[in-house]
Amino acid sequence: MDPIRKFDLKAIIACILIYAVVQGLIAVEVIGPFWELNIVLICINIILAVSLNLINGYTGQFSIGHAGFMAVGAYTGAVITVKLGLPFALGLVVATISAGLLGFLIGLPTLRLDGDYLAIATLGLGEIIRICILNIDYVGGASGLMGIPRFTNFTVAFWLMIAIIFFIKNFKNSAPGRCCLAIRENEIAADTMGINTTKYKVMAFTLGASFAGTAGCLFSHYFFLAHPATFTFMKSFDILTMVVLGGLGSMTGSICGATLLTFISAYLSDFPEWRMVIYSVTMIVLMLRRPQGLFGSEELSRKMFRLGGRQNG
Amino acid sequence: MAETLLKIDNISMIFGGLRAVSNLTMHIDKGELVGLIGPNGAGKTTVFNMITGVYTPTEGEVYFDGKKSSGHKSYQVTQMGMARTFQNIRLFSELSVIDNVKIAYNMHVSYNLADAIVRDGKYVKEEHYITEKAMELLKIFHLEDFAQETAKNLPYGQQRRLEIARALATEPKLLLLDEPAAGMNPQETHELMELIRWIRERFSLSILLIEHDMSLVMGVCERIYVLEYGMKIAEGVPEEIKHNRRVIEAYLGEEVIN
Amino acid sequence: MDTFFGQLCQQLINGISLGSIYALIALGYTMIYGIIKLINFAHGDIYMLGAYLGFFATTALGLSFFPAIIFAMVGAALAGIIIERVAYRPMRNAPRIAILITAIGVSFFLEYTMILFVSPQPRTFPSIFAATVYNMGPLVMNSQQLVILISAIILMTVLTYIVNKTKAGKAMRAVSFDADAARLMGIDIDRVISTTFALGSALAAAGGVLVGVYYNSIDPLMGMMPGLKAFVAAVLGGIGIIPGAMIGGIILGVVEALVSGFISSTFRDAAAFAILILILLYKPTGLLGKNVREKV
Repeated sequence: MDPIRKFDLKAIIACILIYAVVQGLIAVEVIGPFWELNIVLICINIILAVSLNLINGYTGQFSIGHAGFMAVGAYTGAVITVKLGLPFALGLVVATISAGLLGFLIGLPTLRLDGDYLAIATLGLGEIIRICILNIDYVGGASGLMGIPRFTNFTVAFWLMIAIIFFIKNFKNSAPGRCCLAIRENEIAADTMGINTTKYKVMAFTLGASFAGTAGCLFSHYFFLAHPATFTFMKSFDILTMVVLGGLGSMTGSICGATLLTFISAYLSDFPEWRMVIYSVTMIVLMLRRPQGLFGSEELSRKMFRLGGRQNG
Repeated sequence: MAETLLKIDNISMIFGGLRAVSNLTMHIDKGELVGLIGPNGAGKTTVFNMITGVYTPTEGEVYFDGKKSSGHKSYQVTQMGMARTFQNIRLFSELSVIDNVKIAYNMHVSYNLADAIVRDGKYVKEEHYITEKAMELLKIFHLEDFAQETAKNLPYGQQRRLEIARALATEPKLLLLDEPAAGMNPQETHELMELIRWIRERFSLSILLIEHDMSLVMGVCERIYVLEYGMKIAEGVPEEIKHNRRVIEAYLGEEVIN
Repeated sequence: MDTFFGQLCQQLINGISLGSIYALIALGYTMIYGIIKLINFAHGDIYMLGAYLGFFATTALGLSFFPAIIFAMVGAALAGIIIERVAYRPMRNAPRIAILITAIGVSFFLEYTMILFVSPQPRTFPSIFAATVYNMGPLVMNSQQLVILISAIILMTVLTYIVNKTKAGKAMRAVSFDADAARLMGIDIDRVISTTFALGSALAAAGGVLVGVYYNSIDPLMGMMPGLKAFVAAVLGGIGIIPGAMIGGIILGVVEALVSGFISSTFRDAAAFAILILILLYKPTGLLGKNVREKV
């Protein structure tokens, strides 16, 4: 069998095992409702982190408006299920596509900008999306869209997460993915290699935005509501922190970053007044001690534990 | 008479009030090895940037392979069949050596996004194919042992070679080299001359070479254009250039001659 | 038509007084960006800190307006210097994004530490000035607006003097133009950066006290939105350019006042960001900025 596919097969088997163990623990109630909630949240956060890593880490386009796309997914998904009474699966599809479409429309003009300018533009656009939603009475305006049924569960969240991780992993190891990496490394050189840089930047941005939409839809269908206050730039920073914590450009880094930060948040929920203080100090100390994140841009692999890791799969 | 590959028709580049290049006309035939020389600041790199679409000439046109290439974006010009290297090396420095070359093959990949995501037969086949092609190219440049090394960790001379390999991977008809010998010692420069000549034969392409090191250009080029203050002051075979009064003035200053 | 014109002028007055506060905050953003190329997300929280210091000075210490604002400015300047020392200086050579995350972390830290100490409840800022209302025909201007305007003009004049005429100001401009060259000329970069943080923070703190005076209410998260908007103002005028920040702040304030006066106050924030996007797309270097192009 081809080594590329062999690696994929092994990974899928590992995923099935992880799923079976966690689902089993939930079934026998070793994992109670509190931790079940946090595990679902981890899955959602991983989707958000890996999709932002596709934009920021792989393509090198500094976006900090991810919460806006998450909001679009959360609301469109809820409109499909609550307002129109259509199935959840359709809600997920529509949420993904509409967030992606918006990402495309926004990406096309703004991705001409670079560095800090792009960052601040995406931040502004994220806020504009939120303020627009805030002013649409059809979806509840400032009080949010309530009464969303809980269609998301561990199974749905986990397998969607796996599918998206595989999507992004395979994307990275393909010709279009390598174009994105080339843009990150040196845009002018990428251009002279015959790469239409705008096309690939918009492609990565659109894909990242659509997955944020998926995550948003999962989110609103787990927590019963979609509220504009959830999707402020604080949320965008949260996602960015997960990615940078794990190491920009490292998929496994994003996964670990999202898991770690969700756990820290969950543990600190008993001390609400200290929670954000500790969270912020952790963030600062981590950046001071290890600015390249936990993994740098390397992937976590068996080789990493030997001398000199190299990318895998 | 040989067929013309690149035709530069009376181009000028004006930055603000500065005429960096004015009314330059030149041509390159198929299979030719042409040099573009001139003292520092003569506008050589600006000419390169106009040919490769980084800049659009303020006046005049560039024709490549019978089609107009000026006005097209840089990546489109590359797709037409031109490839270049940079004076200050621009590798994808955090990526592996082989990925640097594979990126250049992207233009010739025919599988689409969906094929890549599900990793179907087409994807696997083409990935193998371009990996093999990239390895072949690395072997030619004696870089095969460093295939998995991060590009920025290569020694300087090998980074230069990798940049040429990467440019060749786009399968160009015309290769433009911007001061490839910059920062090299005489031994390395000599090897580079051999390499450039050999590349032309092996890949049967045309080469345009920018240099300010006269000896390299004289040794390897068949025809030479000389630029000073953005204007063409001479053209011809190396022997003519060597004895051209204006060229000597430009390089050595007037006093030497008088 | 008369009422429309009257309302327009009224919104202009409101806009200019709000805008001069944005300008005060934007100045710090622009100076810090100019010198270390960092979007200091914590800058809005320095402004919040200034407001609380002013509150403390007037209530607990019983100071009047002038000493209170000086107290707040000095306190915030110290805070700015400490933040730069502890959080940003060790990261001078780290990747840009890591420094940005640190700035976000510092911002959260200031906000939530403040909540820990003073509770998230808004406080009523004591009214230091008798709320006199000046009627100029159909137009109304109150004493707070007048104080804001005058204070802002004085502060900006002082800053312009410092930057253009003093030795410290010259060093600042030299560092922001070319840090390496400045170092070779014997300029102590660290000290210049500290000065910049001190100056920027002091201006933001003054803005905080003025906002307290204007709206009579302060809370620990008050810095988030104005912080972002002041950044928009800085970008609008051309980031790194001091007069640009002043102009940008005023324009932003006026546009916001017009949008909330004639359209709806809920779209006020969206207007600020829409300006941001437009300016970035059409003139990313800002109104006063020059175009620079990467050399190939």
